[in-house]
Amino acid sequence: MKYVDEFRDGGLAQKLASAIRAEVDPARKYAFMEFCGGHTHAISRYGVTDLLPANVRMIHGPGCPVCVLPIGRIDMAIGLALARPDVIVCTYGDCLRVPASDGLSMLKAKARGADIRMVYSAADAVALAQANPTREVVFFAIGFETTTPPTALVIRQAEALGLNNFSVICNHVLTPSAIVTILESPEVREIGSVPLDGFIGPAHVSTIIGSRPYAFFAEEYRKPVVIAGFEPLDVMQAVRMLIRQVNEGRAEVENEFTRAVTEDGNLKAQALVSEVFELRRSFEWRGLREVPYSALRIRARFAAFDAEAKFDIAYRSVADNKACECGAILRGVKKPTDCRIFGTVCTPENPMGSCMVSSEGACAAHYNYGRFRDIPVVAA
Amino acid sequence: MGEVKKGYVRPLDLKHGRVDMGHGAGGRAMAQLIDEVFARAFANEWLGQGNDGAVLPAPAAGERLVMATDAHVVSPLFFPGGDIGCLSVHGTINDVAVMGARPLYLAASFILEEGFALAELVRIVESMAAAAREAGVPVVTGDTKVVEAGKGDGVFISTTGVGALPAGRDIGGANARAGDVVIVSGSIGDHGTAILSQRESLAFDTEIVSDTAALHGLIAHLLEMVPGIRVMRDPTRGGLATTLNEIAVQSGVGISLEEAAIPVHPQVEAACEFLGLDPLYVANEGKLVVICAAADADAAVLALRSHPLGAEAARIGEVIDDPNHFVQIRTGFGGRRMVDWLSGEQLPRIC
Repeated sequence: MKYVDEFRDGGLAQKLASAIRAEVDPARKYAFMEFCGGHTHAISRYGVTDLLPANVRMIHGPGCPVCVLPIGRIDMAIGLALARPDVIVCTYGDCLRVPASDGLSMLKAKARGADIRMVYSAADAVALAQANPTREVVFFAIGFETTTPPTALVIRQAEALGLNNFSVICNHVLTPSAIVTILESPEVREIGSVPLDGFIGPAHVSTIIGSRPYAFFAEEYRKPVVIAGFEPLDVMQAVRMLIRQVNEGRAEVENEFTRAVTEDGNLKAQALVSEVFELRRSFEWRGLREVPYSALRIRARFAAFDAEAKFDIAYRSVADNKACECGAILRGVKKPTDCRIFGTVCTPENPMGSCMVSSEGACAAHYNYGRFRDIPVVAA
Repeated sequence: MGEVKKGYVRPLDLKHGRVDMGHGAGGRAMAQLIDEVFARAFANEWLGQGNDGAVLPAPAAGERLVMATDAHVVSPLFFPGGDIGCLSVHGTINDVAVMGARPLYLAASFILEEGFALAELVRIVESMAAAAREAGVPVVTGDTKVVEAGKGDGVFISTTGVGALPAGRDIGGANARAGDVVIVSGSIGDHGTAILSQRESLAFDTEIVSDTAALHGLIAHLLEMVPGIRVMRDPTRGGLATTLNEIAVQSGVGISLEEAAIPVHPQVEAACEFLGLDPLYVANEGKLVVICAAADADAAVLALRSHPLGAEAARIGEVIDDPNHFVQIRTGFGGRRMVDWLSGEQLPRIC
């Protein structure tokens, strides 16, 4: 695959690995958080940690939109679909499996008769509404800044088309506020029990918001940020740049992903998003609890397309399993294997907490790709 | 003296006609459908007798029977490289053949949905008959049912196959041993990707065609050259990853793969990339996984490659000792990871 294989080259990876080995200070430890699930996936999928020195630890952050979606939000969609046979709920594939209340998930609700469908894009959701004029089509929109502009676009499109059977349950969340929450957590800020030396900044999110929003973290919290692409060589190059910053005592925003990310980001997309959405005062994240100004809602001007207003559905918070350590894992305080229910009660088939839900979550990534490391294996 | 005139029956309208409930009711309409569609296409001595079952000769002395069954519910019914008809023949022949048996006969059950176009049914049945003829495995008995509109998906086909297993041959999922070599007969993921490319919701343009094929010829050739093969399996639903996990558990071993050695067509790789799928988990319908002793591995790859269906055969890994029965892979990038059982359906990631 042209333009992809170049970033997965095993030979280059070996060269980069030895360059990193030459640059690390063997006398210290390095702990970096990759915020995005996309990076977590790349690290696990390609076995990137095998190519890093033992004193470099990667902490898997909360940037998996499916993982951080609280149970109560999914309950809203399921409740609506079960109560109203005229409603078709549609959403992205990964969402269908997320466990909700009463032992349900969207997949299980579908088996009970709810009309819930998978779409590949927001545009598909509008097409579904056009194809089913006698039904109410509700798009369950999730994701960080990357998937927000398409949702804004289809809301405007639905208005232009005069579609009155299309609406959106908006669950779009914001990256910078989640990073602040992690940096403000007592373990990181005051107690210092979690060494966090820097961040690998988001790839796709940054194509929209640009590199500027991260400057605050470098300045205020003295943490280096390197924005990186989602390919494994991008990740390794970013780690090398972070190690350099740490060694030289710098805390700056650097951009490894220059092939797609600029300082300003995509201004057109940003304008579109602010035309359709506004900040929510607070939003609950699975694993991080309530995070102030961390999510978007549909502006009053587009209320006709806001399913929460249209069907008068209210959010009700649902507590996670008590034994679940997702919150601590997302902040880097614990590792998946530190959780009592990891791999026993909590598995990808039956996820208890957010990190086990999507393959981009820290626990699912370790379970699916890495748990052979926990057990010594004798080669033939 | 005049002959007794046969009751005049208007022939089925195979161009514009549709399946109706009468075609499954056991009366004349059903007899006519069987006559004009099924018996005509499958024409053989057993079906021609019109009995409830087929009387078949016993296998040779010392041989044992192998029986396998497979239901086919593929959507869409017609896809690049095949259709539900030939697929239902290949799928069951392969299940019999991977046991090391010589496939002999097939039985077929059709569940038709009211309103299904007879022209499509004829196309499917003819494709099935052609596949059976080509494979030399006749459909000797069958059944047809019709369900009300909305209760089926056009047509479901269930086939059962019987084959003869030579004396002393022991091929099965429990036979892999540490040190053995894992071989695949060609590129993986073609069938599943071809099907996905036709799904209404995400139709995309591609040249990928399904690999659906009957593998008994390839298998016979392989076993002739390398009789000591320990495990054979066709990695269908769940793909190569699922098949290898099954074998690891059955044999009580681990498996270690080399990602760079696994053949994947570039188009399949690209389609999986943008759909967020892993080709290791995508279905195949004409591929074979072979496990044999390391000493036999080169001969086995050579044997597979000398047959048209195994031209891209490759050695992809080895069997290791592992009390956890994990399947691991050394990635092309240079790291290691697990290739775990699929959890639920393989759903695309969103970002």
